[in-house]
Parts: sequence; structure tokens; C-alpha cells
Amino acid sequence: MNRSPLHEKHLELGARIVPFAGWEMPIQYTGIVAEHHAVRKDVGAFDISHMGELEISGKTSGLFLNGLLTNDVSALSDGEGQYTLMLNGEGGVIDDLILYRLDSERYFLVVNASKIDEDISWITSQLEPGISLTNHSDGYGGIAVQGPNAVALWEALEPGMPLPKRNGISESPLGMVLCRTGYTGEDGFELFDSVDRIGEWFDRIVAAGAMPCGLGARDTLRLEKGYPLNGSDLDGAHTPLEAGLGFFVKLDKPDGFTGSDALLAQKESGLPSRLVAVKLTGKAPPLRHDYEVADPSSGAVLGKLTSGSLSPTLGVGIGMAYLPPAFAKVGTQFSILIRGREFPAEVVKKPFV
Amino acid sequence: MNVPENLHYAESHEWVNPENPDAAPVGISDHAQAELSDVVYLELPAVGTVVSRGDSIAVIESVKAANDIYSPVSGEIVEVNEALVEAPEPINTDPYESGWMVKIKLSDTSEIEGLLDSAAYQKILS
Repeated sequence: MNRSPLHEKHLELGARIVPFAGWEMPIQYTGIVAEHHAVRKDVGAFDISHMGELEISGKTSGLFLNGLLTNDVSALSDGEGQYTLMLNGEGGVIDDLILYRLDSERYFLVVNASKIDEDISWITSQLEPGISLTNHSDGYGGIAVQGPNAVALWEALEPGMPLPKRNGISESPLGMVLCRTGYTGEDGFELFDSVDRIGEWFDRIVAAGAMPCGLGARDTLRLEKGYPLNGSDLDGAHTPLEAGLGFFVKLDKPDGFTGSDALLAQKESGLPSRLVAVKLTGKAPPLRHDYEVADPSSGAVLGKLTSGSLSPTLGVGIGMAYLPPAFAKVGTQFSILIRGREFPAEVVKKPFV
Repeated sequence: MNVPENLHYAESHEWVNPENPDAAPVGISDHAQAELSDVVYLELPAVGTVVSRGDSIAVIESVKAANDIYSPVSGEIVEVNEALVEAPEPINTDPYESGWMVKIKLSDTSEIEGLLDSAAYQKILS
């Protein structure tokens, strides 16, 4: 089990530690609901040291990445980033990630902790002459500072070090990286620095007023915004088109990308399922991963929730599920089975909040 | 952690107050509520249900997970705390008083001897 460079600080702050993607990580400090609201209304700080940081470099790295990933890499200028996906040959998702262009020959990729090894072996198998892949994951720790007051917090802390513009990236000469991105739907930034220096950043950011937040709040915050979690809402058996991520899939790139033929064929024949946002309509327990979704008239099971929780903002159970297209329209009523009882739910528009 | 002297505890962190064996309140300990944090939903049994010690009598849900609550004693459920179904916050804020979940008419008062007293329960928490 890997330990974050911030592990001791989590213990001092009274965090509850759980295993996640091979790491011991804080699930919560004071409580998921308080941490969730801090990020929606003020500012919170998450340890994201478990996430992977890869660098791809070489004269033709932009072209290489454009063939590897779904979004249009050629649209990026220096210092810009984009959400994108890496697919297998059948169009299924290997990983979703943020790609940043440092300069025309160097790109920075932030990938899911659970997929670092798989990503590296996939990219390595696709590598072309003149392109190199560097794994910075062991050397970097990371902190996500998120919330409407995140930018003001940083500006007071480091007035001489401006944040990049939205979705952008900047690097300091010492190797510290700032990204204006996150996974909460709020403004904010992600800071990556060497494992030796990350602890001091965490102390300073918390001392400046950011509430320490765990993976529990990270999950409710991203779910309220309808952001998928790889391994739950995304997997090798579903395409990004089924996941509703078509905006990040540029099928008109002149040379295509790995998986694009499969996506074009799926578009032609029709999507077998769609990842929809589901919300309970009455008083009911929170939703959970794997709860069954059923057609209320026939009782037929249509699918299972890939994510589920209670929305702290709405006070009601929310989740996501792959459903047949006939049931994927906003407003469609169905039921969710919880401990043998049926609770009414409906398809709603993303985001929930 | 608050562990009142007058209550008896199960290792699964429920308490019972056997003072009135015809309607003994049952709830979860301060330690259990702190571990769960943010209780958001509670499912209670029907009045009249007959339970054995160790049976699941309620489901309590935090934002993150659903947990079974086990009866520390055998008997019949004679009352449930309906107010908690609408607003479960007292389970976190007042677990030994307004946070009680069910009252049980004990069928075997000798079972109380098999539970932990305050000192013994504090020991398993430490």
C-alpha cells in the first residue's frame, strides 16, 4: 500500500484513512457534508498525491498524442489544457485524463491513480521513435485547492506567482506545477510539487483557511456535477459516446485516433446504452453503486448504478447508470431497488447542481 | 468519548438501558455515531417485530455507506423513534437520549449480564 507524502499530516488532522487504488488516503476529516459545503461555498484542500503525472516529450509528441487521445491536441497552445480520453481499439475507455501542453515538444498528463500502470504500458506499446514517456508519479505530491475562494487564497499566499487561466498550466523553474483545473465543478487549482516540498504547501494552504477535505467529499462533489469516475462510470466495455462525453471526442480529426473506427461504427449503428443522471423523487435512502434500476411497469431490471450517493446540496439520492436509449430521456420514470424495496426515480439533466 | 455508566453495550456498538425491561431504549454509542458521521437516513423495524439478540433491527446510512444496527437484546419492538426517520441528526448530536432508535420489551433480562458495562466497553474502544 502506498502512502501519501502528506500521510502524517492527515493523522494529525484526525483524518479517517481508507485504502483507495492501492493508496492509504483520507476519506474524511471533520465529515463529508461539512467538507462538501466548504468547497461549494468557500475553499477546501484535497490530497491528490495518489494521482499519476506523466510527461510525453519529443518533436512530434503533439501528433503522437493526437492519435492516442480523443480530444483535439492541435487546439492547445502553450500553457493550455483539455479533458480527454485514452481508448482501447474497440473504443472502450482505458483512462480519462487532463492533457496540458507545456510547450510544442512537452506535454503533461494527469491520470487516475488506479490506472497509472495500465496507462504506462498502453502508451509504451504505442510509442513511436523520437517520443519519450517519463513517469513523475513517484516524485510528485499534489494538492487540489477548490472552491469560490480558492483563487483569492492563492493570490494572498503567493502574490508573485499568478495562477494560469482556466484549464491552463504553468511551471516554476524548480519544477512546481500549477494547473487551473479540478474535479469539483468549482474554480480552483491543482498544485504538484516534489514529495519533499508538498507538505509545506499543504500546511500553508490549510493555515490560509482551506478546509482539509477527503475522498468522500471529492466523490459527492464530482457526482453532483455529473463527472464520471473511471473504474465506476467509465470502463473498457463502454465508449465515451455512451458515457455522454462526445464533446471531448473529435471524430473529425483528419488521421483519427485509437478507437475512432469503433466509435464511428457505433455512431452509425446506434448507441447500445447511455450513461444517465438519475435522481430519487421522494423520501428514500441515499443511492449506492450497484443498486438495480428497474422498469416500473414490467419490473424488468434495466441496469445497475455505476455511481450513487446522497447529494449534500440537494439532500436527495443521486447516481448514474447505463440505461437502454429508450429509457435515457430526461423525465423518464423508473424505480431503484434498495434492500428489496422499489423507490421511484427519474432521469434528470446533468449536472445535478 | 462519552460512555454513560448506566447503559450496557454490545461489541457492535449498540447500547441498551434495561431500567424499564418492558420498554428498554436501544441506540448506538457516541463512538459509533462518530465513526459513521453525518447520519442521513434511518430505516426502523415495525412495532411488534420479535427479535433475537444479534438480529439486524435497523439500517443507518451516512453519506458514504449503509450499516446494519444489531439488537443487543432479545424481545419485542414496542416503540420506534419515528422522529429520527424525518430528521436523524440526534443520532449524531445526542446518541444516548433523543437519539434512541427503538424500545424493546426484553424476553430474557439475563442477557444484560452478557453485555459490556461502561468500563469494559471503554476498554474495547481504547
